Amino acid sequence: MSELLISITPLDWLLDPLTHDFMRRALMVSALVGGVCGLLSCYMTLKGWALMGDAVSHAVMPGVVVAYALGLPFSLGAFVFGVGSVALIGFIKQKSRIKEDTVIGLVFTGFFALGIVLVSKIKSNIDLMQILFGSPLGISQADVKQTLIISFVVIFILLLFRKDLMLYCFDAKHARSIGINTGMLHYLLLTLLSLSAVVGLQTVGIILVVAMLITPGATAYLLTDRFDRMTILAVVSSSFSSVLGVYISYWSDIETGGSIVLVQTLIFLIAFLFAPKYGIFKNQTLINN
Amino acid sequence: MNPIFKSHEKDFMRIEADQVCVDYNGTVALYDASLNLKAGSICGLVGMNGAGKSTFFKALMGFVRPSRGKIRLNGLRVNQAQKDQTVAYVPQNEGIDYDFPVSVWDVVMMGRYGAMNIFRIPRESDRRAVFHALERVDLLDLRNRPIGSLSGGQRKRAFLARAIAQRASVLLLDEPFSGVDVPTEKLMAELFLQFRQEGHTILISTHDLNHVRDFCDFVVLINKTVLAYGETSEVFTSENLNKTFGGIPPNPLSGPESSKDFVNE
Repeated sequence: MSELLISITPLDWLLDPLTHDFMRRALMVSALVGGVCGLLSCYMTLKGWALMGDAVSHAVMPGVVVAYALGLPFSLGAFVFGVGSVALIGFIKQKSRIKEDTVIGLVFTGFFALGIVLVSKIKSNIDLMQILFGSPLGISQADVKQTLIISFVVIFILLLFRKDLMLYCFDAKHARSIGINTGMLHYLLLTLLSLSAVVGLQTVGIILVVAMLITPGATAYLLTDRFDRMTILAVVSSSFSSVLGVYISYWSDIETGGSIVLVQTLIFLIAFLFAPKYGIFKNQTLINN
Repeated sequence: MNPIFKSHEKDFMRIEADQVCVDYNGTVALYDASLNLKAGSICGLVGMNGAGKSTFFKALMGFVRPSRGKIRLNGLRVNQAQKDQTVAYVPQNEGIDYDFPVSVWDVVMMGRYGAMNIFRIPRESDRRAVFHALERVDLLDLRNRPIGSLSGGQRKRAFLARAIAQRASVLLLDEPFSGVDVPTEKLMAELFLQFRQEGHTILISTHDLNHVRDFCDFVVLINKTVLAYGETSEVFTSENLNKTFGGIPPNPLSGPESSKDFVNE
């Protein structure tokens, strides 16, 4: 295996996978999904919704299973359960004295468990491993189409409401005081979160999709003080991680989802250490100057 | 009657609150609070912590729905007044994330969002409004700095600039002088007087009675309801202040909380 790696040129390393239909599909879907999740991750990290992202991405599990079993688009089932879980979290929080993070943990594990039970009970052609870990290399033509549609809807809405959502994350009170419907923005952001979790689980699976929804935003946050630049950096780093992750997965035969998220984490670590202004080693450069 | 025409009249009521009651899950926070403020006036809202000052503000801004009573801003219902950019609110800013990646310019531009179309793309007039607002609070030189790099007083001025950029006729300021440096305090006091000259109506919540004496035309004393309301010289009697502060001398540094702590020690 290592001899094989040495004998190929970097160009072959890049081009060889492109001769396969499934790899072209996987690379395109991963790059797109990476971009979508990367864009949304800026809002998640700034709004402080990392735990919410974790919750929603796990809670969509039973929805995916039910949709598969009924022959419906899995995005529909995921969407219903994603939004449903958030509504349930809000309801329990309001009607009981339990703190929010406890309620979130409670609801999403409950939903997730329901999903696992459903998979074992329904036992059709649903592959638990595929849902849990994703499989961009084995993505079907129908799933590609669905992912494309959802991705473009999410990107379109995020671009359209970019400024409003930014203001909502920064100062919801002010947004409200100038007549912006913040309740609508809240549910819009949750809806986009559910949809992004659905496309994200295609590539990295339910367990790791939360990484797609927070890591690129966190990385970009360390690199800039401007919101617009943050979104661009997040999208670029996320898409790049996805593509590189798929390549590494192809050449070294490792799990694709894990490979993508590891690349993302590595990029985050580099930013964490060497970011010009907010990295660990920023002070030394300042002293040297 | 056309409210825009009416707003030019000197006696036009900018803020009208009529017997406003607010309760949170059955606990009364404010009852029968009434207030009428004309164009071109500054009014101080004075009361202890927990007396209902912020509740009154929240009701005026539509953040809480009064269980009873009526509120009109420039003759409009609150939500309509907000959509028309009639009212600007300068909060105390405890809930703001100052690590948010926005510049001072970006923050002040947020005051213009309500006047922009759905894409929120600034026009020349929006940029001019932001520029002038920054000029008035003396932050023009710092406009490209991240909001988090400003000092406490500069942050207050930035949020005041955002309200100025909004070009609203009614300004609600929640404790604008708390935690600001002396230059900022002077600058803000001057600005408020200019705003009055320009016909704005300003409602300031404060517990510093000196500010009220210095430049408030009117004062509202509040303790769960409006205890007294009128021209500052008439309302600011020791009897009224005793009622407002429950017999405790109105010194913000030694409120009832801290004196109790002292006794316990």
